[in-house]
Amino acid sequence: MAEYRLLTKDFGTDGLETLAVYERIGGYEGLRKAVRTMTPDEVVAEVKTSGIRGRGGAGFPTGMKWSFLPKDVHPRYLCVNADESEPGCFKDRALIDEDPHQLIEGTLIAAYAIQAPIAFIYIRGEYHDQRLLLERCVEEARAAGYIGRGILGTDFSCDVIVHGGAGAYICGEETALIDSLEGLRGQPRLKPPFPAVRGLYGQPTVVNNVETLSNLPHIVLRGGAWFASVGTEKSTGTRLFCCSGHINRPGTYEMLLGTPIRELLEEECRGVWKGRSLKAFQPGGGSMQVLLPEHLDLPLDMDAVAKAGSALGAGAMVFMDETTCMVDISMRLVDFYQHESCGKCAPCREGTYFESDLMHRLEAGVLTTAELATLADICDNMNGKCFCPLGDTATWFVMSAYQAFRGEFEEHCGAGGCPVRRRGAQPVGA
Amino acid sequence: MSVLSPETRHEIERQRERYPQARSAILPSLWALQHQLGFLSPEGMAEVAGLLALTPSEVEAVASFYSMYFDRPGGRHHLLVCINVSCALRGAEEIVAHLEDRLGCPSGATTADGEFTWEHTVECLGACGGAPAMQVDHHFQENLTPERVDAILDAVRAAPAPDQLGSRPGGGRRPGAHGASE
Repeated sequence: MAEYRLLTKDFGTDGLETLAVYERIGGYEGLRKAVRTMTPDEVVAEVKTSGIRGRGGAGFPTGMKWSFLPKDVHPRYLCVNADESEPGCFKDRALIDEDPHQLIEGTLIAAYAIQAPIAFIYIRGEYHDQRLLLERCVEEARAAGYIGRGILGTDFSCDVIVHGGAGAYICGEETALIDSLEGLRGQPRLKPPFPAVRGLYGQPTVVNNVETLSNLPHIVLRGGAWFASVGTEKSTGTRLFCCSGHINRPGTYEMLLGTPIRELLEEECRGVWKGRSLKAFQPGGGSMQVLLPEHLDLPLDMDAVAKAGSALGAGAMVFMDETTCMVDISMRLVDFYQHESCGKCAPCREGTYFESDLMHRLEAGVLTTAELATLADICDNMNGKCFCPLGDTATWFVMSAYQAFRGEFEEHCGAGGCPVRRRGAQPVGA
Repeated sequence: MSVLSPETRHEIERQRERYPQARSAILPSLWALQHQLGFLSPEGMAEVAGLLALTPSEVEAVASFYSMYFDRPGGRHHLLVCINVSCALRGAEEIVAHLEDRLGCPSGATTADGEFTWEHTVECLGACGGAPAMQVDHHFQENLTPERVDAILDAVRAAPAPDQLGSRPGGGRRPGAHGASE
């Protein structure tokens, strides 16, 4: 079994969301060690040694991100990205639901490392109960001296503010998150300048994902070198994989990076449901390209999956069995991006409308073959030409599915309905 | 005559003090307004603008960007059903058809008795491990079947109106134990 519980090892402990229980299992010892025995630069160095890469999707090395902050420019801010909205992704919700103080401790360690006087936790509006839970935990931690002035008797002071969003996927993009936090429409900013140089309120800012930060207490306590020895050379540590779709046991599983995807599917997820076979899967959430059964032996490793033409992204694995219509799935994802496009740039704003209109007519079986041929054109006018990655990723799944399942797409043209659905309606064996 | 209740006004003032810049309090202030009225009225948004030293158009421009704010009154309870991929793969269509049949109105509408406003959304709710899923007054309901939906509707109908959602204690329930029916 390659399930490896580091962040999830205490999940299910009764009362873990209370400070008393979290402290009893060793909670806040990482923060204590950091602020009392290490300099901020030593914490940064330890995180660099760990090799940890961001868990939000892009996989950028966390220590390096921190080191881009210009020297001696203050105040700096830390933003915790809890705007988890990637289709198929629900790991950050699990980390907050199950072990909220682990996230708060990691947040404070990061704030100490970059010397931020305020950390904002930006949590998506739909995670209403999770926001209330975090607010309660922050107050508990504040009363115990982990948050506020002179943390644990040192001269380090930091406030933590939990900020609820209101329904916008784009706010998971770090500069849109910053705009939203400033009280604006959540639209991305031009980079450079990167947030590390000019971010929230025009000040140097670091935006880190919930899972990334939840690793920090363990990195501080057990050392960066130990963390680097877990997983693979370039994908260190573990990752939480959100598994959903046509499998027997959906859920969040923490896996050692480097484990074959097949093992995650067969052992943790207990295989494809109803005794059916796998048709396709998405390894990194709604934004990422489709992979096929022949890719199941790939390791859970960011670089290996990238080489196969997709990405581990935010760690969302969506499995689809043999009855799945790839046109239907593509249509839903295109609809999602059309709904979530912020409207700032034309290729994304208009392109997602063209895509959505085309896919709806294709799924309804009223598109002509000539019209289908324009799909590649539409996508080509978007991919790499949008203001931010949302518009690019709006083309990745549909184009990869079109390439891998071309016959199925073409079969829909003029079919007067969905041919896959029609087949599925027949009794098995008929 | 002020639209904002003293509680809402106090909450907005409290939010304003939390941030280095008052403008950052727009989203939490709009939540407070929506929790009081059930939606964002132009008069209410103008008062929010006044408290944050902004113009009404600045506040309205922000409000219209975010999908969770309502620009008109709805039912006593709100149902939000996910139809993105992970839920679709496990029967979201059946749940949507059942709700439409049971409530007698299409997605986006309010039932004749004013109890429920319901809608389906492509915005993934982050409950894919418990698909198909929906939110009932902001609380997750997962592993839905038509029978379970019926039980939830009955329980919600019998429960008190979900006012003061933003400040109600006792949130943060464990996965699998969300919602008004438990």
